[in-house]
Amino acid sequence: MQTIFFLIQKEFIQIFRDRLMPRIIIGVPLLQMLVLAFAATYEVKETRLVVVDFSVSTESKQFIAHFAGSKFFKVVAICSDFKKAERLLLQRKAHQILYIPGDFATRHMQGPPPSLQILTDGVDAMAAGIRTGYAFQVIELYNKNLQSALAGPLPSLGGLRFRELYWFNPELNYQTYMIPGILAVLVTILGMFLSSLNIVKEKERGTIEQINITPIKKYQFIAGKLIPFWILALFDLAFGLLLARLIFHLPMLGSLPLVFFIASLYLVIVLSFGLIISTLAENQQQALFIAWFFAIVFLMLSGLFTPVESMPFGAQVFNYFNPVAYFIKALRMILLKGSGLHEMSSIIGILSLYGLVALTFSVRWYRKTTS
Amino acid sequence: MISLQGISKIFGAITALDNISFEINKGEIFGLIGPDGSGKSTLLRILATLLRPSAGHAKIGKYDVEVDYKAIRKIIGYMPGQFSLYPDLSVEENLNFFAHIFGTRLEENYFLLRDIFTYLEPFRKRRASHLSGGMKQKLALSCALIHRPTILLLDEPTTGIDPVSRAEFLMLLKNLKKHEITILISTPYMDEASACDRIALFKNGKLLGVDTPGGFREAYKRTLYSIRGIRPARLLPELRTLPSHCWVYASGNEVKVSTPNPNEIYILREMLDRSTIKQNYQIHVIEPDIEDCFIARMKDTYGE
Repeated sequence: MQTIFFLIQKEFIQIFRDRLMPRIIIGVPLLQMLVLAFAATYEVKETRLVVVDFSVSTESKQFIAHFAGSKFFKVVAICSDFKKAERLLLQRKAHQILYIPGDFATRHMQGPPPSLQILTDGVDAMAAGIRTGYAFQVIELYNKNLQSALAGPLPSLGGLRFRELYWFNPELNYQTYMIPGILAVLVTILGMFLSSLNIVKEKERGTIEQINITPIKKYQFIAGKLIPFWILALFDLAFGLLLARLIFHLPMLGSLPLVFFIASLYLVIVLSFGLIISTLAENQQQALFIAWFFAIVFLMLSGLFTPVESMPFGAQVFNYFNPVAYFIKALRMILLKGSGLHEMSSIIGILSLYGLVALTFSVRWYRKTTS
Repeated sequence: MISLQGISKIFGAITALDNISFEINKGEIFGLIGPDGSGKSTLLRILATLLRPSAGHAKIGKYDVEVDYKAIRKIIGYMPGQFSLYPDLSVEENLNFFAHIFGTRLEENYFLLRDIFTYLEPFRKRRASHLSGGMKQKLALSCALIHRPTILLLDEPTTGIDPVSRAEFLMLLKNLKKHEITILISTPYMDEASACDRIALFKNGKLLGVDTPGGFREAYKRTLYSIRGIRPARLLPELRTLPSHCWVYASGNEVKVSTPNPNEIYILREMLDRSTIKQNYQIHVIEPDIEDCFIARMKDTYGE
């Protein structure tokens, strides 16, 4: 017990004496909260629209006015030259082309309804989808206005009435959804990288030899490495939560002790994994590459950016084994929904199990002899 | 105290140690001497329980290095070849850390460290990375001694430090003898043999012999000449025509010729006088030093 205490003390002296470490510990949460949280938004602020108007009629002008009036669209050009519009799209001066055919006005009154064409720059698939959605909304609005103009006020139809209501995030604020995820990224990256670089650094410096010939036990050594980073990562989680509260007014419905309890379990997995990498790697570059690779895979598949439900079957199965997915889910559930210990019991169980496995491996695989 | 029986260590295609057997007595300073890559460090690392031998057995006291490594780690102090204390901790912090890890305190075994500590005292608060080479080695020695080991394993402690610090370091080791600590030290410097009670000579993983430094010199059955006054680079090509049982090699600014036949000095003189070198030179019969003994053993073991 005493031995572990001295190992931890030594580790902290080294961390605070390092030039970079204290800056990383304070800087990373600040940067992630301030930059990532603002950047992580699906809102497409402005769509630059080119209209190819072959109709040139009162109707088409009115139709275009609907787009110009929307806060999401900026009509950059109205022309009757399809080539020019295409060029603007290629030059990225426009995001979208709206094609109004010559029979737009006449078909309003008779015959089948006019056809329109919307062409969207699909390089960024996500944004393209959102832009097309916005365009449909504008067209929908135009249709409604047209109908009421033609037929007078609409008689109230009996039958179904429909009201949308979103729970837990009533305004569908994207940041509210993303910030718990970003906090998970913060804890994961810090824990994984600090721990994976640590043992291998001792290897590079040769200090591990001096430790290896001491009667120190494997579990003491691993505990002496794990606990300092565990404390630092929890500190950073607290710091990140504080920033989230102050800057983004993140709702925190559930119990914070429960958040920290689950984070503690989760960190055992992350840190053990980092220490395993550090034990197996020969130098810091290797450790960094391996840690980076796993961090990317686990984070990308975790449901941080895209819902797990929309992933292919394989990825969904993978996420049964992905501790990051459980942690992000837990953070969102506790902070946004106020889920309690009862709802968390299965996640706690799974994280404990994984933690135990990872910890066992990190102790077993650490070798006090070489080859 | 330490006994090695048929120790071999193979790394892939390289045989780092080849069937090594010898004994080290309690309380002696025992030197492992040989050039780089001769297997000295590997042997020390096996004794320090950091490496497992590929074949053979090694015992420290009654403990086997492979079976009882836990017990061995309590009684040995090991100083790796590369400086391996924490560079970002101060002298004092390093000492306290290693004392705690071994479950002791600095004050407890202070009597062992007193001599060394007189050197280190002024630098107590200095970080290990800012110490001079000699001071680093003294700190490393202190850390290796902090738990009062009965055996010290020192891997090239004097490599890369200045001659004054080297002499100081060897003096400190001699002083440790009165505490009945068995010291095993490796070095590539042949002249450090005189600081050892007994030495083992190594070359390419093979043991060339174990003896006292005096014993090695007595066993030297050849006559050795030293030629001074002519640059070895100029002289060596001239002597290439000597019979092959004469060994010719440069040592510093002199050239040594070793021969089993004392009369060959006349051939040598004649050869030099006939040569194109018209320069004054001195030729003497000299006593062999450890380097000469090493060369002799090497030629015996490996042929040419």
